[in-house]
Amino acid sequence: MAFVFQEGMRPVNPASSPRFGRLSGFIAALALAHAAVDPAAAAGKPAASVPTADLIQPAQLASMLKAPPASRPLVLQVGFRTLYDQAHIPGSEYAGPANTDAGLQALRERVAALPKDSAIAIYCGCCPWARCPNVAAAYDTLRGLGFSNVKVVYIADNFGTDWVDKGYPTQPGK
Amino acid sequence: MRMAAATLALLLCPVANALSIGDAAPELARADFSGRQVTLSGLRGKLVLLNFWATWCAPCREEMPAFSRWQRAYGAKGLQVVGISMDDDEQSVRSFLAKRPVAYPVVMGDATLGEHFGGVLGLPLSYLIDANGRVVARFQGEARLPTLEAMVKEHLPK
Repeated sequence: MAFVFQEGMRPVNPASSPRFGRLSGFIAALALAHAAVDPAAAAGKPAASVPTADLIQPAQLASMLKAPPASRPLVLQVGFRTLYDQAHIPGSEYAGPANTDAGLQALRERVAALPKDSAIAIYCGCCPWARCPNVAAAYDTLRGLGFSNVKVVYIADNFGTDWVDKGYPTQPGK
Repeated sequence: MRMAAATLALLLCPVANALSIGDAAPELARADFSGRQVTLSGLRGKLVLLNFWATWCAPCREEMPAFSRWQRAYGAKGLQVVGISMDDDEQSVRSFLAKRPVAYPVVMGDATLGEHFGGVLGLPLSYLIDANGRVVARFQGEARLPTLEAMVKEHLPK
């Protein structure tokens, strides 16, 4: 049975006011329309453009990882190789960096054979959320390809602080 | 069974222990972009500001002009800034530095080097290492530059 992200899997985000949500949704819709025409144009967009409804907290993903493998989402790290090689979420695959055309192409190739309703969780954690150059580009690309069940892990500061230091499972290596 | 459990535990643990204040800084020995060898042991007696950065990291890019200014202002008093790029490819760093040169050496980092320094799992990240090679401060994320500069001045060699 495929994993389906549940309603209510939303982050406690200081920017998640209803007004911000509507605005960010509008901005995201505009971006999505643009990315559908030219996905590469999504590179460099701020992470804040990802709709809050499509964000999940690290704790939520950590909880999902306890489910049987067939019920877990596909987890993709869309940031940088040097970070992934030091530590990544167990079972996650490297598919980045999404701020480059080559990285977005790697992401497209990884998901090419997947059903469009596949549960996919993407994360980066290279930098503070507001400065991440990857997650919005990866999110827009996946949505532009028609994937309807995509979540972005809301990593406020960086992967070390918000995942490793919290004691969530980590796996080193390539 | 026990071996499998131990292996799993090893796999699911952080790859390195974070460096703490007072720890001896690990050795660093790499050539910078002008071909000169940079070693931390060779910088004993100086205060070292070790800055992990990358070309794709906006807050890193914003810090670097200040670090260059400090190198010029405090270099004669014993400060040595060293940049470690965590970019995946060297060419992008070379191109970046050609456009935005800095007044201190920059070397390429990688996952192995990051692990030696307790894991570089987010940028920017800076360590202040005293004249004896001990970590005196760690700044993860966007550093408050006035705070960092005050620490630099406080820890300059006497």
